[in-house]
Amino acid sequence: MSLTLRIWRQNGPTAKGKMVTYKVTDISPDMSFLEMLDVLNEQLIVQGDDPVAFDHDCREGICGMCGVMINGEAHGPQQTTTCQLHMRSFKDGDKIDIEPWRASPFPVIKDLAVDRRALDRIIQAGGYISVATGTAPEAHSTPVPKKDSDAAFDAATCIGCGACVAACPNASSMLFTAAKVTHLGLLPQGQPERNDRVVNMVAQQDREGFGGCTNIGECSHACPKGISMETISRLNHDLLGALRAGARPKS
Amino acid sequence: MAKTSSVFKKIVMAVSGILMLLFLIAHMVGNLHIFQGAASFNHYSEWLRTVGEPALPPRTLLTVIEIGLLVSVAAHMWAAISLWRQAKRARPQSYVTKKSVAQSYASRTMRWGGVIIGLFIVYHILDLTFGAANPAGTDSTPYDRTVASFQNPIATTVYVITLILLGMHLRHGIWSATQTLGQSNRRRERTVSVFAVVFSTLLIAGYLVVPAAVVFGLVD
Ligand code: HEM
Ligand code: SF4
Ligand code: FES
Repeated sequence: MSLTLRIWRQNGPTAKGKMVTYKVTDISPDMSFLEMLDVLNEQLIVQGDDPVAFDHDCREGICGMCGVMINGEAHGPQQTTTCQLHMRSFKDGDKIDIEPWRASPFPVIKDLAVDRRALDRIIQAGGYISVATGTAPEAHSTPVPKKDSDAAFDAATCIGCGACVAACPNASSMLFTAAKVTHLGLLPQGQPERNDRVVNMVAQQDREGFGGCTNIGECSHACPKGISMETISRLNHDLLGALRAGARPKS
Repeated sequence: MAKTSSVFKKIVMAVSGILMLLFLIAHMVGNLHIFQGAASFNHYSEWLRTVGEPALPPRTLLTVIEIGLLVSVAAHMWAAISLWRQAKRARPQSYVTKKSVAQSYASRTMRWGGVIIGLFIVYHILDLTFGAANPAGTDSTPYDRTVASFQNPIATTVYVITLILLGMHLRHGIWSATQTLGQSNRRRERTVSVFAVVFSTLLIAGYLVVPAAVVFGLVD
């Protein structure tokens, strides 16, 4: 199939960017979206042009590197990652707009690639448990109710792609942070640091400059892993408990 | 630091919103006195000012409500404006193409709708409490002022439109407050949404019957 692409080109973090139109032909419906971009880049290199910079790593939907806005939707029209989106989701002759995630905590590095380290710093603020490492403990030594382990596992599927931030009208990272808080807060291993975790992670996401959540739900719809709005309620519940218990963020 | 947290501000917004909501229920029920006639309506208004006398000074109940509402409105608007600015800073450059798949008209109009509701509250007090903005003037009974306002098509239109906006604000607000206070979950989500729609519709309908009754001549 043949497509008209309008892609955000921006030379560097401080450069001014703009949408540039490209045409690609002979695109197979079985290609992934990233393979389609590879075809475009080969074409650009042959012409002596600068290839479009975009992030990717695993190309199997687990690393969370590859997110871009496709026709105004984070990761495009299917609820999956950009690397797992296939060209059969488009029609011959389609016009496709491709833009980077837009949020001030995600500065553009070049073209479609943004710096998502703000999410790593939210993790560093509390998204961990402090235990002695070594060989894995015997799985049956700490019983976890099935309901909790299922919910914790659902939350743990968050791959930190940032689609929630990109889709949110407030550019809020609430769904990401809530997934991490929920994942650890539901398990016995997460209890000792539960109060400090939620307070510090919320403080860090504010410090990074993300917006506040207004419970609109664009995040959960855009999330390739279907993280639910329930996690946000759980974060709020934990935060209320932590504030009542006197937990305050470290500065 | 805790007080500047975005989630803390949401808690302030939810608690103040719920306080205002409780007031709105009482206010709506009180308004229905108009169907018992002018004497009953004016007497109710008088009662609000004298309840508890002589054990309590005049206007005790009203003063308590007024202070509570003033604090709630101020806190609600402070949190709303500060989160609005935070959201603006978080995305200075908007998308060339952006598709929304989950937001509702209600959730999209929380901020500007809230501003309109705020302005309306000022007009409403000048109109029906003080009479300064009322066709019947300051020297009239509450019943006269109510009827005079709703016999004016412009005033009636303003009331009806703002009430519908308020209904939408509450529809998203009730769902949002349930989330903010950590009371929602996947099982309850649907119930909360349905409750929010039904509750807001009934509340606003309760308000709208008063202008409707005046417009259709049931009350004059
Ligand atoms: C003075 C004008 C007002 C402004 C500027 C305003 C603005 C806002 C904003 C921006 C939100 C957050 C929206 C969201 O979470 O998506 C909100 C939430 C809410 N508002 Fe208002 N509002 C106003 C008046 C009212 C009134 C009169 C009520 C009466 C009941 C009310 C009840 C609520 C409730 C219950 C919430 C949900 C709290 C939450 O976000 O968790 N608001 N308001
Ligand atoms: S919550 Fe979903 S959208 Fe957000 S970072 Fe995690 S996987 Fe991506
Ligand atoms: S490249 Fe790893 S998730 Fe898409």
